[in-house]
Amino acid sequence: MNLREKQEEIIQEFEVFDDWMEKYEYIIDLGKDLPQINEANKTEDRLIEGCQSRVWLDSNFSDGKMHFSADSDAIITKGIIGLLIRVLDGEEPKDIATADLFFISKIGLQEHLSPTRANGLLGMVKRLKLEAIKHISAS
Amino acid sequence: MSNLEQKPFNVREIREEFPALRQQVYGKNLIYFDNGATSQKPKLVVDAINLFYSKENANIHRGVHYLSQRATTDYEAARQRIQRYLGARKSEEIIFTKGTTDSINLVAYSYGSMLSAGDEILISAMEHHSNIVPWQMLCERQGCVLKVVPINQRGELIMDEFDKLLSKKTKLVAITHISNTLGTINPIKEIIQKAHAVGSKVLIDGAQSIQHMSINVKEMDCDFYVFSSHKVFGPTGIGVLYGKEDILNRMPPYQGGGDMIARVTFERTTYNELPFKFEAGTPHIAGGICLGKAFEYLESIDMEAAERHERELAKYAEDMLDTFEGLQIIGEAKNKTSVVSFSVKGIHPFDIGTLLDKQGIAVRTGHHCTQPLMDFYGIPGTVRASFAFYNTKEEIDTFVTAVERSLSMLK
Repeated sequence: MNLREKQEEIIQEFEVFDDWMEKYEYIIDLGKDLPQINEANKTEDRLIEGCQSRVWLDSNFSDGKMHFSADSDAIITKGIIGLLIRVLDGEEPKDIATADLFFISKIGLQEHLSPTRANGLLGMVKRLKLEAIKHISAS
Repeated sequence: MSNLEQKPFNVREIREEFPALRQQVYGKNLIYFDNGATSQKPKLVVDAINLFYSKENANIHRGVHYLSQRATTDYEAARQRIQRYLGARKSEEIIFTKGTTDSINLVAYSYGSMLSAGDEILISAMEHHSNIVPWQMLCERQGCVLKVVPINQRGELIMDEFDKLLSKKTKLVAITHISNTLGTINPIKEIIQKAHAVGSKVLIDGAQSIQHMSINVKEMDCDFYVFSSHKVFGPTGIGVLYGKEDILNRMPPYQGGGDMIARVTFERTTYNELPFKFEAGTPHIAGGICLGKAFEYLESIDMEAAERHERELAKYAEDMLDTFEGLQIIGEAKNKTSVVSFSVKGIHPFDIGTLLDKQGIAVRTGHHCTQPLMDFYGIPGTVRASFAFYNTKEEIDTFVTAVERSLSMLK
């Protein structure tokens, strides 16, 4: 599945929800299921400080693909991280750097990526893309 | 100047005056519990803003034409109304600023410039960042020393420590009347008396008190009292610095520009009298006039009854929330206002706030611009419900049910 298909799949999944609380119930479950980052890896350089919640992002590059793991102290933030990683993990740096993450607004979560939300998610997407750009320029 | 008649306190009738309260968000009736951040506006204020820009707009002071004179009269009448409401001796003691933060910065810059290295400024551990940072900046500029009065676990000032920290070196005590995060009402009368006894001035941060109780600066005997219009049912972008006339007269101007001068030449400029000395540039004219309207509205409210109602709301909410497992009320001062802050073990406040929002309930989550206070309690933040006199017990019932639902989803 490519980036677009993965996003469309998520949009379809969210179509079954009738109201906001069901949607958030699902996001919370995703957050609970997302594997935690090893405590030892929750270092300053992996931390993206939001005013409200904090995010840790770890990335590595192998076989031409990027791999991410991330964590947050807030479970809803973590659930949204789960969705972002599902879309971006295993993709090539050039695709990540130019990715249009249209699914976020389609499922009504754009407020979580607004600069004023200060939950660390926007910073995480920026960091993720920067990591990808680094690997494009390195190759 | 018109006057509204004071009516017996009736929350249903009061709610009718606030158009913003009658709306739905996410298909639910809005429950607005973020009054500590900003209050909603009564129709009287909303209509006055509309009227000003529709018919009355003009620049004030020095205008020879009808509109300018009328706007000037209204703006200065608002100042006088605020003076009367606060019980200040003269309208010259009412300086219009951008808000609480601006008022504190004005004092820190202007009064602060008269301080010397080694002079001490006393604040408390529960201050908002805006009553910490301007003093830290002053200390950097002038070599003054910032001292902090600690609090106990209930969120009350430890007055024995205050007594120890207060000395002849203290030149200013800058303290909040009511904590925005904890709701604690500080014993400002005692603080002011003790500070004056050692020759210190006192600034009271009234951002969270002006909307909850009657204020009389003369009785209080504070040297400065500051607040923001938008938290007391007026427009954003304007606020007040009350200062005693003799102190304001001794203080140098803060910002230079139009309106604050008597005569300008390239060699030497002389400054205008109070209050204009501190009001450089075209002010927020509509804001000033409509803040006056907010006080006109407040004069029609029985503030003692309003205060009782708000405290009942807080007690009612706390008693119910207290029954939830793992939930801790942050701020349990004996004397507190209608702020209910809480944290829940293992659950991030941001998650609770997000779920409450989707159930139509507006609260605030996070550190509330009091990071040192969060460090003291060892938590990342709280969920804060802050009530105004237009809130109801029925809203709290809905809120408590929504908290319960949110916690069950997050556990």
